[in-house]
Amino acid sequence: MSDNFHIDENSKNNKAKPPKNSFFQHKDLLGIAQLNQVEIINLLDRAEEMIAISRQPQKIFPSLTGKTQINLFFENSTRTQSSFEIAGKRLGALVVNMSVKTSSLNKGETLIDTAATLNAMRPDIIVVRHSEAGAVELLSQKVGCSVVNAGDGIHEHPTQALLDALTIRRHKKRLNGLTVAICGDIAHSRVARSNLLLLNLMNVRTRIIAPRTLLPTGIEKLCSEVFTDMDEGLKQVDVIMMLRLQQERISGKLVPSMREYYHFYGLDQERLKLAKPDAIVMHPGPINRGVEIDPLVADGTQSVINEQVEMGVAVRMAVLDFLAGEKAEPAK
Amino acid sequence: MSNDLLIKNARIIDPNSELDDEGSLLVRNGKIADIFINKEPLITENIKIIDAKGLILAPGLIDIRVFTGEPGHEFRETLASASMAAAAGGVTTFVTMPDTLPVIDDAALVDFIIRRANATAKINILPAAAMTKGLRGKEISEYGLLKQAGAVCFTDGRNSVSSSALLKTAFTYAANFNMPIINHLNDPELGTGHMHAGLMATGLGLKPIPYEAETIPLERDLQLAALSGVRYHGAQISCAASVEIMRRHKERNNNISCGVSINNLSLNENDIGSYRTFFKLSPPLRSEKDRKALISALKEGIIDIIHSDHDPQDVEGKRVPFAQAANGAIGLETLLAAALRLVHSGEVELKTILRALSTNPAKLLGLNLGKLEIGTRADIILFDIDYPWVVKENELLSRSRNTIFERAKMSGKIIKTFVGGKEVFALTER
Repeated sequence: MSDNFHIDENSKNNKAKPPKNSFFQHKDLLGIAQLNQVEIINLLDRAEEMIAISRQPQKIFPSLTGKTQINLFFENSTRTQSSFEIAGKRLGALVVNMSVKTSSLNKGETLIDTAATLNAMRPDIIVVRHSEAGAVELLSQKVGCSVVNAGDGIHEHPTQALLDALTIRRHKKRLNGLTVAICGDIAHSRVARSNLLLLNLMNVRTRIIAPRTLLPTGIEKLCSEVFTDMDEGLKQVDVIMMLRLQQERISGKLVPSMREYYHFYGLDQERLKLAKPDAIVMHPGPINRGVEIDPLVADGTQSVINEQVEMGVAVRMAVLDFLAGEKAEPAK
Repeated sequence: MSNDLLIKNARIIDPNSELDDEGSLLVRNGKIADIFINKEPLITENIKIIDAKGLILAPGLIDIRVFTGEPGHEFRETLASASMAAAAGGVTTFVTMPDTLPVIDDAALVDFIIRRANATAKINILPAAAMTKGLRGKEISEYGLLKQAGAVCFTDGRNSVSSSALLKTAFTYAANFNMPIINHLNDPELGTGHMHAGLMATGLGLKPIPYEAETIPLERDLQLAALSGVRYHGAQISCAASVEIMRRHKERNNNISCGVSINNLSLNENDIGSYRTFFKLSPPLRSEKDRKALISALKEGIIDIIHSDHDPQDVEGKRVPFAQAANGAIGLETLLAAALRLVHSGEVELKTILRALSTNPAKLLGLNLGKLEIGTRADIILFDIDYPWVVKENELLSRSRNTIFERAKMSGKIIKTFVGGKEVFALTER
């Protein structure tokens, strides 16, 4: 189903750098839609090794030694940016952070100009976040090095989906056959889109839970089931993924108020009981306690939210290593 | 009479008189002087003769929706450059939209366009004037004075006038001067998205444009058109639901018409592929089901006119993330060839296509054109319906390069274009 809307012209057009890995034939990581099952499993396996490295006293796996990584963030994100920075540094790369303040007048031209300028500095990897869907792909067409999508508009956020999958796999020992509920603002979530693509590919049963105003067109074709009643949707699920509700969607725009949203779509302890007893609770962060999730659940025993952050570094190390690493070898 | 021109051995098609036969056509003093079907033309001494060798001879095309950059954005397109593209595409008359800098909302500016066109353009250019002052959608412009200056219709171009009260006034006042109104159909609140509301928009993470952004204004406009008696033209419909609305209203109001962009007849939402901004259009490319419905509606006569919706955009407007990109594609030069695809595929008859490209727009604007009738101005085209060619953006004559047909294979090309009996285009490589 993912192939219906994604045409990966990028991988065939860019001949600037031959892929280093025989098992990961991409110049860039722009989205989950470009990946197949084997590539995802390889990435997760590699990330497992990176977890081990990250837990050592000497957290270094120097496969990017001498390489330059630029984190180019057109949208503020302390969490994702630091995660990519730490990942690059643990691999030995020289990491440069650039936060570009964009004026609403001339965003696009800034993007292309910035790409050309950065390209001239000969980086090996550029990690990009941008507020517009497709902007990272556009930038990737203008540079010769590898580009990693760290979130583009409401299109994709591939490393988030990978780190979520890694977290689930470590807890449930598998992905195949699980039931995962994704709850909240699906319409405006790149996390939901990337997760649906990945989970569908890995034969996970995906449930979407949201009020109709937060459901995008055709969502029923991108998941197993759609629920507007959260209590129904949570029954017997293995994993609950909560999404952040952006402030600008509240107060009459798409939902009438915070308290009404929490009443019907907030995850509290009572609702959590509807899921399997060993269900895990996830959230990509930052959390709005009391808007989409009860603080007691967010910080409770079933929550793996902090573990997701750790997995984030590991997954990003694996991605950077696959795209630009010198000693990359298939994980056993 | 050295000005005489005889085109012989042509397949002469006149959608207005339903003529489709072998024959010859005589041009004298810039007008159609005679048409000879199944009889030998009288040949005088000093006559220029063109042997068409079976090419199709038809009325020149009339395109009622063309954006240029003159005045104000000449780097995108001038009246002169647009007229060259038009001549190469067989368009002998086009109507310029008022979305320029300054906006064409004043009699002096209408006069400017007409004089600039006469001085620089190869073909006949007629200005549309703004329906509301400054295209702001607040006050109607001076329809009487604008008409006297030479405006042929009123429209706010890319802008969709959406105040029901203002539209009622505009329609009624335009009816007073017997002038047509053309309104772009896009609800300014529902239609703020970037592509058709479908699965593809969800996957690409682009803000969707629902059908209702078009059907709600269309229904409103048609009710107000019935109330006011204005000659109303729905600028460009894009979906099956709009076809049904038009059908219903046409049953009881014969003063209304609607158009379709050649883009919506040719392509669908999937052509956007991976954020290809040249395919960002308004109305957006819809589903394949909608495209088929538009073709049927054209065949049935529910859709009257095909527009090129020629809208030149420079790289600054298109080489940006999809959501930030400008709408629009150029289309004058590819208009006929793209429309002929529907003939080659057997979906629409050639005469229907030519009617929607010449006779019907002439009727809407009350022009004595779009037909092969003795005494009318000799705006005519000669084309080879099977001529194979490939669209290459760097060979197009428009100043801007935003074609949606880059590298498309076409069958059918203009061989010669005449305006007032004067040759304004001849294909050289033949």
